[in-house]
Amino acid sequence: MPTIFVNKDRVDIASSVPSDTPLLWILRDNLNLTGTKFGCGMALCGACTVYIEGKPTRSCQTPLSALKTGVEITTIEGLKTKEGAAVQAAWEKLDVPQCGYCQSGQVMAAAALLAAKKRPTDADIDAAMAGNICRCATYVRIRAAIKEAAKSLA
Amino acid sequence: MNPMRMRPRELQAGTITRRTFLKATAATGAGLTLGLYVHDVGAQAPATPAPQPNAFIRIGTDNTVTVIVKHLEMGQGTFTGLPTLVAEELDAAWSQIRAEGAPADASRYNNLYWGPSQGTGGSTAMANSFEQYRQAGAAARAMLVAAAAQQWGVPAESIEVKAGVVSHANGKKATFGQLADAAAKQPVPASVKLKDAKDFVLIGKHVPRTDSKAKSNGTARFTQDVKLPDMLTAVVAHPPRFGARVKSFDTDSVTGVPGVRFVVGVPNGVAVVATSFWAAKKGRDALKVVWDEAEAFKYSNADIMAEYKKLAATPGKVARNDGDAAKAIDGAAKKFEAAFEFPYLAHAAMEPMNCVAKLGADRCEIWNGEQFHTADQAAVARTVGLKPEQVFINQVYAGGSFGRRANPASDFVVEAAAVAKALAVGGKPNIPVKLVWTREDDMKGGYYRPAYLHTIRAGLDANGNIVGWQHRIVGQSILTGTPFEPMLVKNGVDGTSVEGASTLPYTIPNLAVDLHSPSIGVPVLWWRSVGSTHTAYSTETFIDELAAAAGKDPVAFRVALLDKHPRHRAVLELAAAKADWGKPLAPGKAGEKRGRGVAVHESFKTYVAQVAEVTVDKDGKFKVDRVVCAVDCGIAVNPDNVRAQMEGGIGFGLSAALYGAITVKDGVVEQSNFHDYPVLRIGEMPAVDVHIVPSTEKPTGVGEPGVPPIAPAVANALAAATGKRIRNLPLSLA
Repeated sequence: MPTIFVNKDRVDIASSVPSDTPLLWILRDNLNLTGTKFGCGMALCGACTVYIEGKPTRSCQTPLSALKTGVEITTIEGLKTKEGAAVQAAWEKLDVPQCGYCQSGQVMAAAALLAAKKRPTDADIDAAMAGNICRCATYVRIRAAIKEAAKSLA
Repeated sequence: MNPMRMRPRELQAGTITRRTFLKATAATGAGLTLGLYVHDVGAQAPATPAPQPNAFIRIGTDNTVTVIVKHLEMGQGTFTGLPTLVAEELDAAWSQIRAEGAPADASRYNNLYWGPSQGTGGSTAMANSFEQYRQAGAAARAMLVAAAAQQWGVPAESIEVKAGVVSHANGKKATFGQLADAAAKQPVPASVKLKDAKDFVLIGKHVPRTDSKAKSNGTARFTQDVKLPDMLTAVVAHPPRFGARVKSFDTDSVTGVPGVRFVVGVPNGVAVVATSFWAAKKGRDALKVVWDEAEAFKYSNADIMAEYKKLAATPGKVARNDGDAAKAIDGAAKKFEAAFEFPYLAHAAMEPMNCVAKLGADRCEIWNGEQFHTADQAAVARTVGLKPEQVFINQVYAGGSFGRRANPASDFVVEAAAVAKALAVGGKPNIPVKLVWTREDDMKGGYYRPAYLHTIRAGLDANGNIVGWQHRIVGQSILTGTPFEPMLVKNGVDGTSVEGASTLPYTIPNLAVDLHSPSIGVPVLWWRSVGSTHTAYSTETFIDELAAAAGKDPVAFRVALLDKHPRHRAVLELAAAKADWGKPLAPGKAGEKRGRGVAVHESFKTYVAQVAEVTVDKDGKFKVDRVVCAVDCGIAVNPDNVRAQMEGGIGFGLSAALYGAITVKDGVVEQSNFHDYPVLRIGEMPAVDVHIVPSTEKPTGVGEPGVPPIAPAVANALAAATGKRIRNLPLSLA
């Protein structure tokens, strides 16, 4: 029975859960953590981005079998870092979301970027956010809000 | 995206008659009694339906003002814009405003532009609600004031309301919450007076979105997130080709897949119903289905375009005919001709299509990002054998739509209902089922923006004036065969196929537009800005070409032809001025070429001009650096949202211009996910400057009109940079 930690909570996964089940669906269907979204199922859109040991990862392409016992997973519901708070505040201040479906993934990616780089350039933002699709094309505001968040953290 | 643009019901701006008013907001008083109805899409439906809330407003004793929004929030801002109208006339504080989706009930929540039908589309949400929601707010305000007047023993006229506080010069003060119960006992006023625009404190100012917080912290609820007790998930095996049917399926093939509970036939395939998505998907993967492809569509793109080219050589149904275009072109000093090809496009909303359905003996409940309430309600009723009023639709946020969730065929909604029906018939009623389409199901599931072929011929006289313009369009009709055909297809012309071309604003003495609407087995649908997605491209790139041939500046050439269309001209001139049109662009790096292009287009009575700046490298790769956009949408109720919709419309349109193409080979859709149907990513997003034309005209929509001008503006910029005119989309300089 593998044990993982999701947002600091211990989760024991029954051996009956197929080992090819993507983490995304364990989060959504079993743990009711629906902030992490299903967009493509192929790690192409970033809507399912969570942190595994702090690193942004596509949960739709992370099967249970790839999770080490004791691994720490953070979802949008458990995003409590100062970078996460700053990003969410900037997202609200600039009214970044439109339909909003991709934004959990965008926020997770943006907070990870700021944790790694305090003053990201446009090129840094393009590189870090390239895997996160927004069909409403809120990219202008995503870029501005990341800079706003960086400023608020300085 | 819905083109149903009937004449708006005439409403007097200031006062309204009692009859109209009561019809519009009859339940306003009841709503003030509050606490009667708590709407929670996640909760199980109560055994007895709760008392209905009022039509548009509920004021809680906790001092919240809940605005019941009749239009889907799919990103375009209805959950902010419509509450702004109520808050303005109610003189509420913005912080006390909440937004809630209306149930399906066309008697109260119909789109005033669509007659007795409830739904969202055609960029009508703000336009049709502008008076209605303000009237509701003004009525509620009058009832709060009347209650205060009674309690305080002062004349109503002497009472002030400001930012959610009701007060009198004698020092009396009350919140809306304190007055709510008493206000509910007041008669609904016979008439209300709406504010003069100069007195607006919220309309035209900055009001933050009501949904930004929930959409930034993962708590916003979409159909995909609905969770109900005992709910199962359905994944459906669809036919590999449009028009194929299930011949047989082998339930044994899914035996042993953990979690699979049922396998049932549905109208367009076979559903595997399981305890989780992953179980259902694995069941679907294992399921063996034999398809009957006798009636299936088996053509390829090349076949379709060859057929369209044959049709384009013959006259079509007349959409517009001013003067004698053929004769004028034949006699012109210079003649020009071009053909344009447009591919099928998928909507590819971030949230793949889905729907939750639960069927009992006399009640079917739906949870959906519902865009087409009345049509879907009727379709579900037919599917499950109930009356429309026995179908209850719970509104949740939609993770994008771009037209896809408003389908006259109600495809995925009916599919969810069909699964629930199959379970009920099989002795398992009242089990909620969440239908989930994968991205592949969504991409291959049809209902695309149709492919089109356009040909345009034009002639210039010796002075460079356009003397004739002949425009022919070939492509599937969106509306033919739908319930909207009798209303909106006139003399064989589907208005959604020619809009933007038949409404060309330029003064050209001899102008003809005609249409062929061949029947092809690929399901088609409106796609954000509908006909203008292709007509803006062909008309605005060709007019640019004629300007160049006439040796005239592209902006000046257009302006001279817009003498009868001042709003087109104003946005064009504003965009040009803000883009420093006429001053040279800063040069690129060594080996790079730069260019600037312009386009102007009206859709849904909103006027947009865009100037695009591009850089082309030595290999022909290009980047759109900046777009300057001017928009006239009448009164900009929420200017920041207008800017957001222009930014997003530009990105959405650019995505299609750069990449969008759905192709069929032997009837099979070749694309499946974002690797073979790429979409715009952040690195390709240009900087966008939006400028709003100040206006006192009634507001028009902004969800769609930002889309049409971007592709032609970019193409014109590429032509300016390289001399190459691109006729076929997606854009390529190769």
